[in-house]
Amino acid sequence: MYKIAVFGDKESVYGFSALGLDAYYTESPEKDILAFKKLCSNQNYSIIYVTEAAAVILEKEIEKFREEPSPAIILIPGVKGNTGEGLSAVSRSVEKAVGSDIFNS
Amino acid sequence: MAVKQVNPTRMELSKLKKKLNTATRGHKLLKDKRDELMRQFLELVKENKALRIRVEEGIRKANSDFVLAKASMSDETLKAALLAPKQEVYVTQGFKNVMSVDIPQFSYTTRTPDENDIYSYGFAFTSADLDDAVKSLSDILPDLIKLAEVEKSCQLMAAEIEKTRRRVNALEHVMIPQTQEQIRYIVRKLDENERSTQTRLMKVKDMMLQQAHGY
Repeated sequence: MYKIAVFGDKESVYGFSALGLDAYYTESPEKDILAFKKLCSNQNYSIIYVTEAAAVILEKEIEKFREEPSPAIILIPGVKGNTGEGLSAVSRSVEKAVGSDIFNS
Repeated sequence: MAVKQVNPTRMELSKLKKKLNTATRGHKLLKDKRDELMRQFLELVKENKALRIRVEEGIRKANSDFVLAKASMSDETLKAALLAPKQEVYVTQGFKNVMSVDIPQFSYTTRTPDENDIYSYGFAFTSADLDDAVKSLSDILPDLIKLAEVEKSCQLMAAEIEKTRRRVNALEHVMIPQTQEQIRYIVRKLDENERSTQTRLMKVKDMMLQQAHGY
């Protein structure tokens, strides 16, 4: 049995805690990286949702887990709006596999 | 192409022939694997894109509901309302093997079967907007989990496709031509050796005839 974590700024993620997901709030860049690392190494979580805004500083950490089977780190838009980072991550996968982004050209 | 030096012997030749055979077979298999992975990947990516657009739209709607809720309630009541969630979501993770890539399969269960347990507060002091917001988030939860499954699968498959493509290319453009070149070299060398033995023997025969009969 695994659980799901949501990581992001307070306004964006507190709603998820009502559903029963574990919400983690961002504070400052340094603390966030530490907190996120801890979250990723925690074996209890198999899915971690990260808001696009928070993902900017966590890019390196997220990249590390891209090819690991677990946990799945998925970007979601935050309350400040959609930056399109989530969709471009999908395009990056396509680019990696095919050689060029065949869906957006 | 710089070809590695090999001993022009029959033993080496048969060894290289076996190697070429294996390489060709491996190349064919890997090529098939790559093609099939690619086909499944493209299907998955299409699903991923559609799901992502749906989920992002859902979250946008939920967020705007939350902003409305926040506007009509004080910060403290909102915090208190969501402080102690009643519901919990558990995920079981299985794996499906697609062309040697283990892609995850998530299925989720909630702690209590009652779907109203997502409202962790009394309705007296909270605004109806909060109910809407929580409800709209809960509506996209199945899609959200499906998205995690599909997107992770896409990432894993993309990595595997890249690896397989490199292997196919290495076999096709380096390993196989190099081995063929080495085999050609050995065959030529052996043929040359045979021809030189032949002429030597002919020469010796001539000399012996000369000695014996004075031809």
